[in-house]
Amino acid sequence: MTMGQTITVTVNGTVHTAEVEHRTLLVHFLREQLNMTGTHIGCDTSTCGCCTVHLDGDAVLSCSTLAVQCDGREVRTVEGLQAADGSLHPIQQAFHENHGLQCGFCTPGMMMAALGIIEQQPNATDDEIRAALEGNLCRCTGYQNIVASIRAAADQMARS
Amino acid sequence: MAVDYTTQTTGGIGDAVLRKEDRKFVTGEGRYVDDLKLPGMLHAAFVRSSFGHARITSIDATAALALPGVHAVLTHATLPVETGVLSASNPGGDVRHPEQAILAKEFARYVGEPVAMVIADDRYLARDGADLVHVEYDPLPVVVDAEQALEPGAPLVHAEYDSNLVKTLEHVTDGFDDAMAKASKVIKLRVDNQRLTPSAMETRGCIGDWQEATGEVTLYTSTQVAHFVRTFVSIVCGTSEAKVRVVTPDVGGGFGAKLNTYREEFAVCAASHVVGRPVKWIEDRTEAGVATIHGRAQVQYYEAGVTDEGRIVALKFDAVQNNGAYNMLLTPSISHLTLFMVPGLYDIQDISIRIRQTFTNTTPTDAYRGAGRPEATHGIERLMDAIADDLGIDAVEIRRRNFIQPDQFPYSSATGLVYDSGEYEMNLDKALELSDYAGFAARRAESEANGKYRGIGLSTYVEVCGLAPSAVTAALGIGAPGWEHSTVRLHPTGKATVITGTSPHGQGHATSWSQITQTELGIPFEDVEVIHGDTAFQPYGLGTYGSRSLAVGGIALYRSLGKVREKARELAAHLLECSMDDLEWTGSSWQVKGSPDRAKTIQELAYAGWTSASLPEGLEPVLEATTFHDPPNFTFPSGTHVCEVEIDPDTGRVEVLNYTAVDDCGNVINPLIVDGQVHGGVIQGLGQALFEETVYSEDGQMLTPTLVEYLVPSAADVPPMTLARTVTPSPSNPLGVKGIGEAGTIGASAAIVNAAVDALSGLGVRHIEMPMQPARIWNVIQEATS
Repeated sequence: MTMGQTITVTVNGTVHTAEVEHRTLLVHFLREQLNMTGTHIGCDTSTCGCCTVHLDGDAVLSCSTLAVQCDGREVRTVEGLQAADGSLHPIQQAFHENHGLQCGFCTPGMMMAALGIIEQQPNATDDEIRAALEGNLCRCTGYQNIVASIRAAADQMARS
Repeated sequence: MAVDYTTQTTGGIGDAVLRKEDRKFVTGEGRYVDDLKLPGMLHAAFVRSSFGHARITSIDATAALALPGVHAVLTHATLPVETGVLSASNPGGDVRHPEQAILAKEFARYVGEPVAMVIADDRYLARDGADLVHVEYDPLPVVVDAEQALEPGAPLVHAEYDSNLVKTLEHVTDGFDDAMAKASKVIKLRVDNQRLTPSAMETRGCIGDWQEATGEVTLYTSTQVAHFVRTFVSIVCGTSEAKVRVVTPDVGGGFGAKLNTYREEFAVCAASHVVGRPVKWIEDRTEAGVATIHGRAQVQYYEAGVTDEGRIVALKFDAVQNNGAYNMLLTPSISHLTLFMVPGLYDIQDISIRIRQTFTNTTPTDAYRGAGRPEATHGIERLMDAIADDLGIDAVEIRRRNFIQPDQFPYSSATGLVYDSGEYEMNLDKALELSDYAGFAARRAESEANGKYRGIGLSTYVEVCGLAPSAVTAALGIGAPGWEHSTVRLHPTGKATVITGTSPHGQGHATSWSQITQTELGIPFEDVEVIHGDTAFQPYGLGTYGSRSLAVGGIALYRSLGKVREKARELAAHLLECSMDDLEWTGSSWQVKGSPDRAKTIQELAYAGWTSASLPEGLEPVLEATTFHDPPNFTFPSGTHVCEVEIDPDTGRVEVLNYTAVDDCGNVINPLIVDGQVHGGVIQGLGQALFEETVYSEDGQMLTPTLVEYLVPSAADVPPMTLARTVTPSPSNPLGVKGIGEAGTIGASAAIVNAAVDALSGLGVRHIEMPMQPARIWNVIQEATS
C-alpha cells in the first residue's frame, strides 16, 4: 500500500476504523474494505448516480468522494435502509410495489438519491422529481415506474 | 402516468404479481460479478490500442513489472490461448471471418483493441501497471465510414482480403423488375441508422478461476449466454468443455451487448492458468465505450414503387452495414434480421434487397436491443411518411392501404417468413383513440400560439421474435440451435425447483416462471425456486436474447410441467386404484371424476413419487421432467406507437410531450413486467431518436467513450406514457405468447422522428436523421427558413 492514513467512519451506525490509501475512493472503501457491495459503480465520470450514498445526510457520489474525506463523518448506504426487524424502508417497499426496478443495478443509488429528493422536496411534483433525478441513470425502466415509486414513497413517508 | 395494478395477485398466469427478485436488489444484496471475491484473487487491467489501425512494433513491460504488486504482464506471445474466429454466424457460408487474437498479435485494428494484460494485487495497481506498459505503434491508414470502406482504394482493415467487404446479403423476388416498372411513381429515401453504444448500467466483468490440480475452469461473467461462453472458453483455452463451468451471477442489464463471447472472458481464464490464482477484470465505463460491441450503424437507400393510391407494389432496399473490425458472435446475422423485416407489416410481395457488410477500423457491431429489426422498422416507417407526404395522403391512411389484413394469416412474406397472427388496424385504431389523434390540430394551434412547432407521429411495426427454430438458424448459417431447455423437479416437501436455460438480466424470469408453474401444476408461486445462469446446473441453455425467453424457454417450461403433471396422474391412478381416464385435474390435484374426497394433491404425489414405496409398474421414482423445446416458428409481435413533440425554434430542442404505445405481444403472463419492458424499450428508442450516437473521428479516435459524451436519456427527458395492449395469441405455441423485450425500442424511434418531421413539415422539411440533438434541429430549421 502506498501513502495511506487511518480513518474512522461511521457507516450505517457502525464505527469502522481502517487504513486507506489517500487515493482510495469512498465507493471502493465501502465495497473492497468493508465488503458492503450494495453500492455500485456505473460510470467513473460522476454521471450515472449508481454509487449515490448519504454523507452526513446529503446525497453524494461515492465514486467522486475520497475515503479520507469521510474521516469522522457518517455514511449511509443502501444496506442501512432496512429496519432492524428486517422490514423494508418505505422507499424500498415503494420500488418493489411499483415495479421500479428491473436489473437492479442502478436501484441502490436511485433509492438513495430518491431519499434525498424526498427529504428536500417532500411535496415535489412528478416533473420536479424527474428534474431532480437527472443525475441518476437507469437503462431498464424508462423511469416511469421509478417516478411512481418515489411519488408513492413520499406519500407514505408524509403519512407516517 | 402512474401505473395502477389493482388486479388480483394470486400468482398465476396473467396476474400482475410483484416480483420475487426484488428484495435482494432493494436491500443491496444483489450479487453482481464485481461483488464476488475469491481467495487469493488478483485483478487485471488491459492495455488497449490508442490507434484505430497500427502495426505493433514493440511492447516493453519492464517498468510495469518493476512495480510492487504487479504479478505479470501478458501479451499475445505469453497468453496461452488459441487465435480463432469468435463468431457463430456465417450466412451463405462465404462470410469473411478474420481471426481474432485474444491479445493483439501484430496489428491493432480499432481503438480499444486489447494489446496487453496486467495482473496485480488490486485494481488500482493493475491500472498503474497498465499505464507503465510502453507499446510502440506504427500507425496505418484508417477507415471508419462504412460507405467509404467500400470505395476502391480504401485502406484495408485486413490486408489478407482484397477489399473491406465482409458479405453481401441479397434477396430479390422474381417479379420485382416488372412490378417496379409498372409503378406509377418511385419515391426514394436515404436513412442513416446511426451507431449506438448499448450502455447497460453494469459494465461487463468476469473472474477466471483455473484449478491446476483438476484442470477445471470456473468463469464468473456478466453475460446473457453462459453456455455459448462455456463452449468458446473450452475452444480458445484448449480445455475440455466438460471441465468448464460458467456462472452468471446477477446481471445489471445486457440489451444484447452481453449476448457475446469476449476476449476478456478468455483472457482471465488463461491468465488464471498462468498465475495460479483467480483473476478478476471489471470493465470501466471508458473501456465499455470501445471494448463492448456497438449496435446499428446501417445506412439505407429505399426506393418504393407506388400506385397513385399509395399502394407499394415494389420495394428496393440497398444498405451498407458497418460490422466494425471483426465479426463477433452474431455480427453477420444482425443485418440478416434487417433483411427479413424490410417489408414490415405491409403486404409488399415484390422486393429487392442488398445489404453489403463492411469491415472498418471501429469496435465490432453486433446485437443491440432489437438487433437489425429496429433498423428495418425505422426505415420503412420513415418511408411510409415520405410516401404519404409525396402523394398527399394522410399518414394513417397510407398505412391502412398497405397493411397485411387479418384474413391473410398465416402470411408468407416476400422475405420468406411466415407471420403467425396479428390485427394491425386494431393496434392502429386503439392507438389513435388513446392519443386523441383526431384532436391534434387544436393542440398544434396552441403550441404555435406559444411560438413552438408541434408535430404528431406514428409508427406501426411487426417484429420477428422467439429466436428461433433450429432448422432455420442452420439454414441462415448460424452455427447454433434455437431451442431452449427446462427441468422441473418436485421435492418431497412439495416445493418445486425450476431450472431454465434462459438467462434473465432484469426480465423477471423467476417471477414469470413461478406464475406458469403455479397455473400449470398448482404449486404455489412462493414455493417455486427458479435456477438459471449456471452451466453446472443446466444440461444446456441458449440464453436470453431476441425476445425469446418466454416464447421458447417459457414453452420448454410449460412442456416439462405437463410431463410432471402426467407422471403425477399415473401415480395418482395407481394410489387411488382407478384408471388414468377416471381422473380429472383440479388445478392442483388429481381426483376421481365427481369424487372430491378421492384425490391426491400434487404435493402428496411429489412425496409419494419420492418415497417410491408404491409405484405403478414401469414408473420411475421422483416427479421430475426435462424438455428441450425447439419452436416450430418464430413469433411476430406487433403494435402502433403514437407521440407528439414540440420543437423550440430558438434552441432546436425536441421535447416529446406524450407517448402512446399499443402492443400485441400475444397472451401476457405478468402485465407488470410486460409494461416495464415496454417502458424501458421505448425510452431506449427515444434515446436513439433524440440523443445517442457513437462517434469516431476520421482517424479512428472514439469521441463518445463515456456517459458524459454519449447521452442516454435521463428521467427529465422522458414523457409520460400511455400503454395499452391488443391480443392475438400466437398459434405457434400453447401459451399463445409472442415476446415483448424489444418491441418498445423497435417502435419508438420512427414515431418520434415522424413527429418531428411533421412539426417542421410546414417549413418544407421532409426528413431528419437521428439523433435529433438541438444543434441538428436548429440547423434544419435555419436551412429550411433561409
